[in-house]
Amino acid sequence: MTTITFKSVKKRYKKNPVVHGVDAQIESGEFVVILGPSGCGKSTLLRMIAGLEEISDGEILIGDTVVNKLEPRERGCAMVFQNYALYPHMSVRKNIGYALKVAGMPKPEREARVLKVAQSVSLEGYLDRLPGELSGGQRQRVAMARAMVREPKVFLFDEPFSNLDAKLRVAMRSEVRRLHRDLGVTSVFVTHDQTEAMTLADRLIIMNGGRVEQIGRPSDVYHNPASRFVADFIGSPAMNLIEGEFDAKGVFNHGKGGQLRAEGGMALAGRKVALGIRPEAIRRAGAGSNGAIAAVVDYVEELGASRLIYADASGSRLIVVDTGTGPLPGGTKLHFTFAEQDVHLFAEDGRRIETHASAARMAAHAEQPINA
Amino acid sequence: MERRAYYRNKGLPWLLIAPQLLLVLVFFYWPTSQALYWAFTLEQPWGGGNSWAGWDNFLAIFHDREYWGTVVRSAFYACCTTALSMFMALTLAVFVDRSLKGTRAFQSVYVWPYAIAAPAAGVAFRFIFAPEAGLVGAINGLWPGIWNPAINGYQALGMIIVCHSWLGIGYNFIFFLAALQMIPRSISEAGAMDGARPVRRMLDLQLPLIAPTVFFLLIINLISSFTDSFGLIDTMTEGGPFGSTEVMVYKIYFDGFKGLDYSGAAAQSIILMLLVVALTFVQFRWVEKRVHYN
Amino acid sequence: MIERSRIFDIVTYAVMIFGMVIVVAPFWITIVAGSQSLQEVSRVPIVLWPSSHLWDNLLEAWTRADLGPKLLNSMIMAVGVTVAKISLASISAFAIVFFNFRGRMICFWLIFATLMLPLEVRIVPTYSIAANALMPFQVILDTLGITGLVETLSGLRIDMEWNLLNSYPGLILPLVATATGTFLYRQFFMTIPDELVEASKMDGSGPLRFFWDVLLPLSRTNMVALATILFVSTWNQYLWPLLITTDRKSFGTVVMQLKSLIPALNGTQDWNVTMAGALIIMLPPLLVVALMQRWFVRGLISSDK
Repeated sequence: MTTITFKSVKKRYKKNPVVHGVDAQIESGEFVVILGPSGCGKSTLLRMIAGLEEISDGEILIGDTVVNKLEPRERGCAMVFQNYALYPHMSVRKNIGYALKVAGMPKPEREARVLKVAQSVSLEGYLDRLPGELSGGQRQRVAMARAMVREPKVFLFDEPFSNLDAKLRVAMRSEVRRLHRDLGVTSVFVTHDQTEAMTLADRLIIMNGGRVEQIGRPSDVYHNPASRFVADFIGSPAMNLIEGEFDAKGVFNHGKGGQLRAEGGMALAGRKVALGIRPEAIRRAGAGSNGAIAAVVDYVEELGASRLIYADASGSRLIVVDTGTGPLPGGTKLHFTFAEQDVHLFAEDGRRIETHASAARMAAHAEQPINA
Repeated sequence: MERRAYYRNKGLPWLLIAPQLLLVLVFFYWPTSQALYWAFTLEQPWGGGNSWAGWDNFLAIFHDREYWGTVVRSAFYACCTTALSMFMALTLAVFVDRSLKGTRAFQSVYVWPYAIAAPAAGVAFRFIFAPEAGLVGAINGLWPGIWNPAINGYQALGMIIVCHSWLGIGYNFIFFLAALQMIPRSISEAGAMDGARPVRRMLDLQLPLIAPTVFFLLIINLISSFTDSFGLIDTMTEGGPFGSTEVMVYKIYFDGFKGLDYSGAAAQSIILMLLVVALTFVQFRWVEKRVHYN
Repeated sequence: MIERSRIFDIVTYAVMIFGMVIVVAPFWITIVAGSQSLQEVSRVPIVLWPSSHLWDNLLEAWTRADLGPKLLNSMIMAVGVTVAKISLASISAFAIVFFNFRGRMICFWLIFATLMLPLEVRIVPTYSIAANALMPFQVILDTLGITGLVETLSGLRIDMEWNLLNSYPGLILPLVATATGTFLYRQFFMTIPDELVEASKMDGSGPLRFFWDVLLPLSRTNMVALATILFVSTWNQYLWPLLITTDRKSFGTVVMQLKSLIPALNGTQDWNVTMAGALIIMLPPLLVVALMQRWFVRGLISSDK
């Protein structure tokens, strides 16, 4: 089985650094998703594994081998491209079998392998068509079959579903998961779509501006974002982030005179921080309940099963997931509460600040190790 | 224009490009620089090397009234053939673009002149215009002696211009039609909704939209009239009568290969090259604009 | 068309028919005159209807201008230039587009600058190089002093000569040395998506394999298009073959023979034979253009910048 190791991997174009030194380890058989906004260096990282980009600095190991100087064909990786990159003049059969042909595999053996792989992605009826005669989803499956047929040590996916419509994307997602379960090959998947990332990944690598922000299981990343960027990027609707400052008494002051009490606030006296609460962690409370925040409704977005309340709490914007019904016209006064342990604090440089409460939350969400 | 995916290999690209580079160096750059060398030197008639002549060869040409006659004639020739040929082709293309029933047959025939070698067309037109033969020459039966390009230089030049324009129809037609067909149907439809009738739409919408192609063809035609006329002139008049159809290319050929005045011919070549390069540069500037249009 | 206008439709047909007459007239007259007897062709005014002597005239023109071997020469030249140009153009465009090497842009400009000057304007010096195509190398060796060095060391004098006069390479090579085809191929290669290159890298194929398995099959229509215009334009060459072949008998092309078919000023005005000959000479490129029109039009439009 195959691990992938990054040792302070850097990438520069001309003098321009785009990846600033990545250290990470991908375990054998793991499905890792690299997630980040466009231009964060995630595709570059993937293409460095593939051998399509030179590694400017540092090392990448596949298994125990340093692959920096190896050609793509020598690395044992297969890749599914964003635009499929099928050979337009070759039939589906030839497209899938091309790598085997290049490798010099005799025809009968090749044909058998192609057929088997085609069956596994239900393409056996289309083997003699040209890519131009297929639908988007079928082309996508050809691209996957082409990657699978070589029985690679590593699968690489470069935003493979971004050209598909929403429905097909969901279908392909479960297909990829099934294939991974069946084949158990180490896989690296790049995307900017957080839902795709959360549903597919054993572990996430979240990147921003050429740096790794956080590596962890989807639930870890959701419940314990390591930085303000991750907190903001993961989750929909995004986490409420309220800018403010702890005063000498340990009270959090925000917006236009808004005040919040937070445990352990004394330790942070005088510091400017951002206080984060997930919209789904906030509840409505009766007026005058202990520690409740007062807010005025701006407007409400109806989602069906729930609704989003956009409210103004003393000058700070608050989004709340609400399962209640009944009219909520703009201007209505409401009160909200949330549990102490659902509060995230981020320092001015964006790093998270650990408190007793967050440690408790981490303990609550700790899971078993992945590799059984 | 920059690609992301390259192959890295030190020797292979050079190996691949070497044959073409060699050919270009031997048959393009060497001769062109040779022309420069000759233009500034004077060759001793029976060997003995070249002596430096500076601008003398050019001065000799510029003081030659006959040469200026050739230049003016070439310019006149170029303007007439370009205008005539482009006008014909554009007219045909505009009407073909209406794609009425049966248009395809017309369309494919209009392309034919491109296939014809200039000397072959020259021979055919020489017969058509021959004073003793029964086509244009028949007019001599009504007014004896009125048509004789073998004596009348203007008639001779006119005859070649007509032939050259005819040869250019096919090429110009192809480009005009392609440009017209690139205009989205919806523009014409919008014009129709605005109440413009077909003729109006032609003048107000189609012609302005293909202006870049018109310009492109203008330059291409001018260059070709300056450089491609040799075959025609050689078969139709051989520069005669009395040099009245001698254009720049023909004079270069004549001075160089019949008169064996390499230095003079080289200097003339340089002037013609500069002219062609200047025209090409004008076109390159416009090619960029052409892209902007689309 | 969007709106019907009878009068305008009539005008359209009138113009198209008029254009047809203008375009076809020279062909028609060539055929008519080529099929008439000497007596018929000399009639004033001429009868514009074919007669029955076409075959005799064709035979007469064939022997008088020795068209058999000349057709063969034309064919060798046209096919030679077409094949050579397509092969060279495709591989050099491949090198320029798909490799990142030092000097790539210089090569690019060196090759593409040749689009600027047609052969006709540099005809005199090109002719002189044909006398010895290796002259540039000789001069380079001489100026670098290598010739002298080798002579003093080994006593051998380097003396390179390759005379191209009266030879097929002489007819073909100078016509190959331009960038038309390279330009077309470059334009096409630029449209190949990066990911296709990367996919083939991942599939384990090297550059040559990619060229052969992917690029060439994909460029097939471009190749046909380029071939048609190259064939036609080479077949129709006149000035260069005229200069390079002093031995007309063995290396002349058909287009050069046209002049010898024109009746002498004081000779028999047998234009019927001339026209029959012209017909034979016009026919091959005309067939290519008429039969391959789709590709030919496409090639023409994409190969001119």
